[in-house]
Amino acid sequence: MNYGIVSQDQLEKIDAILEEKLVKLGVDCAIVIDMAGNTITAKDNGTSNYDVYSFAALAAGNFATVDAMAKLIGEQEFSLLFNKGQDSSIHFSRINDELLLISLFGRDISLGFLRLNVVDAIDQIRALLV
Amino acid sequence: MSFINLRDKIVQIKIVYYGPGRCGKTTNLEYVNRTYKKQIASEMVSLKTHGDRTLFFDFLPFDIGKIKGYDIKIQLYTVPGQVKYNATRKLVLRGVDGIVFVADVMEKQREKNIRSLNQLHENLQLYKESIFKIPLVMQYNKIDLKEYGIPILPTAVLQKDLNSRLKVPFFEASALAGYNVAATLKKIIFSSVISIQKKLL
Repeated sequence: MNYGIVSQDQLEKIDAILEEKLVKLGVDCAIVIDMAGNTITAKDNGTSNYDVYSFAALAAGNFATVDAMAKLIGEQEFSLLFNKGQDSSIHFSRINDELLLISLFGRDISLGFLRLNVVDAIDQIRALLV
Repeated sequence: MSFINLRDKIVQIKIVYYGPGRCGKTTNLEYVNRTYKKQIASEMVSLKTHGDRTLFFDFLPFDIGKIKGYDIKIQLYTVPGQVKYNATRKLVLRGVDGIVFVADVMEKQREKNIRSLNQLHENLQLYKESIFKIPLVMQYNKIDLKEYGIPILPTAVLQKDLNSRLKVPFFEASALAGYNVAATLKKIIFSSVISIQKKLL
């Protein structure tokens, strides 16, 4: 992929993957962002109303910080990045060196099930971007 | 690097306010947020300490309308200015499209301005960017202090210290009063858009 520009075709395929693997599972919102904090695409269940742009900026900062902490203690990366709230939780996962997948979900989805689907979604997105 | 969404016709441009601690980076964003509140759909995000010093960054996104059919979304960031936060400054610079270097015109800050600019030069190299090529605007902030009898550096000295080799556009400004805040912002948006257009052609 020529990073910086994602083609219409790639975006539609990424959206379809997010819809099929995450939104159908019950995720409130799935966002693909880049490490600079730009929003690549976002798919939601139609009821969530998040400020996706601010979210992307904070998420990129958060991910970069945790990544830098991992390196400080000699880890390549922390494979699980997950924030649990009372009603909503956030799961972060790296797609490649430039892109991140963020899933926002409620209490009715188990983390394990979500992680399985996230792994599937990421494999499919990576295949698109080669 | 800007992100361009061809389907939704959106261009996201990242502009970072960089400079030494307490030079007025956050004040610039606060002024923009206050003055153009009606055009800004999102809340300004500030990650700061209890003492109101920037801990990680401030973030202010807004739209400036369309250019050639593309919606231009500007995302303003500041870096934390304190010396000890260079690791976070580097993180914020990732993917930057344009930089406003905010220098503090107080005489006693002369050396800090120079050090901060040198560090910006080093930090950009991490991302294979050059301070000589990236869109950059100088802002000599706190010009209003002159009226209070506080010794400030003449613009000619600041130009010699900071801009003799870069030769980028510069503005005397007062972020607190809003003097030349919008002019600085317009200039850096303009330079960044031109630079992105050049890269794409």
